[in-house]
Amino acid sequence: MMHRLTLLCTLLAAGGVAAGQASVQVEPSHLQGPRPLAQQTESAVIHDYVQAWESLSAAADQNRPDLLDGDFVGIAQTKLAAAVSQEAKLGLRTRYQVRSHDIKIIFYSPEGLSIQLVDNIEYDEQLLDHGKVVAVQPVHARYVAVLTPTDVRWKVRVLQSEPL
Amino acid sequence: MSSFGPWFLGLALSCLIAMSAAAQEQALDVPAKIAAGDAFSIPTSGSGNAVLYIVGPAQVLKRDVQLGLPIALAAGDLTSAGHYLAILSSVSSTATAQFDVLPSTTAASLSFLARPSRLPVDLQNGITGAVYVFDSYRNLITSPSSVDFQLSVASAPTQARTVSTSQGAAWTEMNSASREGNAKFVAQVGDVSATRVIQQVPGNPCNLTMTAHQAGNQLDLATNPVLDCSGNPVTDGTVVTFTESWSGGQTTVDVPLKHDVARTEVPALPGARISVASGVILGNEIRWEGRE
Repeated sequence: MMHRLTLLCTLLAAGGVAAGQASVQVEPSHLQGPRPLAQQTESAVIHDYVQAWESLSAAADQNRPDLLDGDFVGIAQTKLAAAVSQEAKLGLRTRYQVRSHDIKIIFYSPEGLSIQLVDNIEYDEQLLDHGKVVAVQPVHARYVAVLTPTDVRWKVRVLQSEPL
Repeated sequence: MSSFGPWFLGLALSCLIAMSAAAQEQALDVPAKIAAGDAFSIPTSGSGNAVLYIVGPAQVLKRDVQLGLPIALAAGDLTSAGHYLAILSSVSSTATAQFDVLPSTTAASLSFLARPSRLPVDLQNGITGAVYVFDSYRNLITSPSSVDFQLSVASAPTQARTVSTSQGAAWTEMNSASREGNAKFVAQVGDVSATRVIQQVPGNPCNLTMTAHQAGNQLDLATNPVLDCSGNPVTDGTVVTFTESWSGGQTTVDVPLKHDVARTEVPALPGARISVASGVILGNEIRWEGRE
């Protein structure tokens, strides 16, 4: 029974886990700081943040740290890329299937060079060791992210979860 | 996504989670919260070999372990704050746990955004600073920290504010001083500080006045030293505009300040009116009667 379940899941996992799209809910912003947040800016930040999670999922799944470059910068880019590289070295892959984001922007720095948000996120995390599924766990976590503007988009500079 | 997609995905995930649950016969006894960089240990039971995985987005560990012995994670093994899965996998069983690694509460570095780098004197809340506080492992310290902001410039009282961080961030606003010069803008948390230099430059001219003296067929026009409203000499290069109007004509001359004064010549036309301005500041007007 367990073997059948494993086989079915292994077959489904390849196409299924990557196929979903996360639901995204945005809470009204209660900003600290004097700088007003334009609707267009808020939309761009949310879009780019959600996109960053997709890039993180792809990078961790494919063992390709370069996939992080378009959406992450600074500390986040360095740490996440190191983790993806370490996974590759160990023969591991991680799949993050994000089910939902619940995002609230909490800080827009006065000079406009950073935006901070919190995200109550739910995802399924699947670990594979040399292609074999080791475990799948549903995760509910609260992430704090700091994004900074670049030429064409907002990039994630800090991505860190904290206890719920 | 087609209508098949959600069904397919749901089935896949349910299946994977069910499989995981089926394989998971015991919970792994990991502390729910661990400080970044701290040593900790995970007790195990049974016998034989197993593999321990600790997986988070920002850090991954994999260890071959012996069941029945505690697994020791040394100080510095797990340094990135975040949410982790711990999985102990052996031939016969898989035990899992989820836990959080917390940032240290001791600040080791600051990211200090100060703006602008240059501004006029005497501007209310013209200077802003925002700080993010990090520990020695470059984790954002999300528990409240006290940030001391100080803006100091020679010959003016130091402005100081203390602000508590919220989710690792704090900000403040300061006034620019009434005297020109470089100001040191410092943010400090504990023993860690970051400094930015803010250049405070004179503001707009105040009380712009000129005099006129005849030199042959020309009038020699010169301003008095041009000062801002705080008494600072206005920056050289600031443009001063002289305008001469007479019946049937008008001429305008733009002159940059040099050594605090703007100077030019215009034709000495009896009955002409001559005015001076800089930006939106109007100075005095002279009516030339043909003699001083």
